[in-house]
Amino acid sequence: MAEEEVKLFGTWASPVSRRIEVALKLKGVQYEYIEEDLTNKSPALLNYNPVNKQIPVLVHNGKSVAESLVIMEYIDETWKHNPILPADPYERAMARFWAKYIDEKFWPAAMKIVVANGEEQKGEIDEIQQQMKNLEGELKEKKFFGGESLGFLDIAANIIIWLVVAQEALGMDQILNEEKLPVLYGWLQRLLDDAVFKECVPPKDRHLDLFKVKFGSSK
Amino acid sequence: MASGSVADQEGQVMLLGFWFSAFVKRVEWALKLKGIEYDYVEEDLTNKSTLLLTSNPIHKKVPVLIHNGNPIAESLVIIEYIDETWKQNPILPQDPYERAMARFWANFIEEKVTEPTGEALVSQGEQQEKKVKELKEAMEVVEGEAKAKLNKKTLFFGGGNGVGYVDIVLGWTCNWMESIEEVGGFKVLDPESQPQFHKWMANVREVPFIKTTLEPKEKLVEFFRMVRQDRLGLVANK
Repeated sequence: MAEEEVKLFGTWASPVSRRIEVALKLKGVQYEYIEEDLTNKSPALLNYNPVNKQIPVLVHNGKSVAESLVIMEYIDETWKHNPILPADPYERAMARFWAKYIDEKFWPAAMKIVVANGEEQKGEIDEIQQQMKNLEGELKEKKFFGGESLGFLDIAANIIIWLVVAQEALGMDQILNEEKLPVLYGWLQRLLDDAVFKECVPPKDRHLDLFKVKFGSSK
Repeated sequence: MASGSVADQEGQVMLLGFWFSAFVKRVEWALKLKGIEYDYVEEDLTNKSTLLLTSNPIHKKVPVLIHNGNPIAESLVIIEYIDETWKQNPILPQDPYERAMARFWANFIEEKVTEPTGEALVSQGEQQEKKVKELKEAMEVVEGEAKAKLNKKTLFFGGGNGVGYVDIVLGWTCNWMESIEEVGGFKVLDPESQPQFHKWMANVREVPFIKTTLEPKEKLVEFFRMVRQDRLGLVANK
């Protein structure tokens, strides 16, 4: 029988790339990781994702899949143990709705905060805090969005970690903290404590340095 | 209320929509493809119902599907829900890799065709030119896919003679695009450089359950003209 060949093209600091690592590790899938230099993309990456030329790209037995949420669904449907999405169609719809919300609303808002100043930045912070309150409404009293264990939405919500690192790099702490968003803050601690998840977070110091270089100079 | 289970699939289905919305029509096509009975509620854009505001408090937009009292928003999320709840006439393919390809193209269409079209409708000058350029590039990719996937035997991206997920997601172009082009004063559709795409659009228009839902051009033009004037008026007054 042919060996299953799984490759992941990604970058160490990209949240969407790290999502795929979490999904593969939760399923116990062996994979080869290829670190890309986005200023000098490899011919392999361009070959496997000619349309968007972006990471992450998953290659499974020679066939490539791009777009992190699409890849996550593919992983869940291909390796059926330890499901990432819930079984119930309505709950699946909720997980997909909120994952979309994170990618289409939360991430652009987070990107705006790190480059904004003064009044404009304050407006963006108010906006993103409201978004996080909305997410708390979905979490309610659960341990994770996925229930007792990590699921699709927990993995998609990893971008919240990027916001926390960015706020620290900018010398701020008023965007996400225990006082302002206790429910989400609690979830975040449990996420960072999770055995699988914590292996897939960028090394803190290196990450902070990267953000200080990228965003610190605009302050 | 307990969330919907397979046993509840025969329960009440309600769709909140606007007549002019391509996103709403997509959901209707998915429901009709499966032969699902549903109650349609026409919302008033200037006076959204309490039901809409409580069913979709986050975005306050249509479409919203309400099944057994459980609301779902976002057209692509709704379509996947429909496909997973009612198993007849599948919309997405069965194979995980084929499903991934269908989802990838749906994402591409939303980001590179649907969104920029909406933005081109309500912008002008340099901003609009930028969007139109993006659109033209995206349409080259779409034509490339159409050339690769479609032929005399395979009329639709869903394979064979039946529409599938990608057809439903891209289908709005067969009617809305022309009206938006006219109102926005730009041209993206080009039969000469997009022959396969135009064949596909013609085939989509003829699908019986799609044909009956297509709004007349004049009606759409009148509506989108109002939207454009409204939005540009707001920008000018800033």
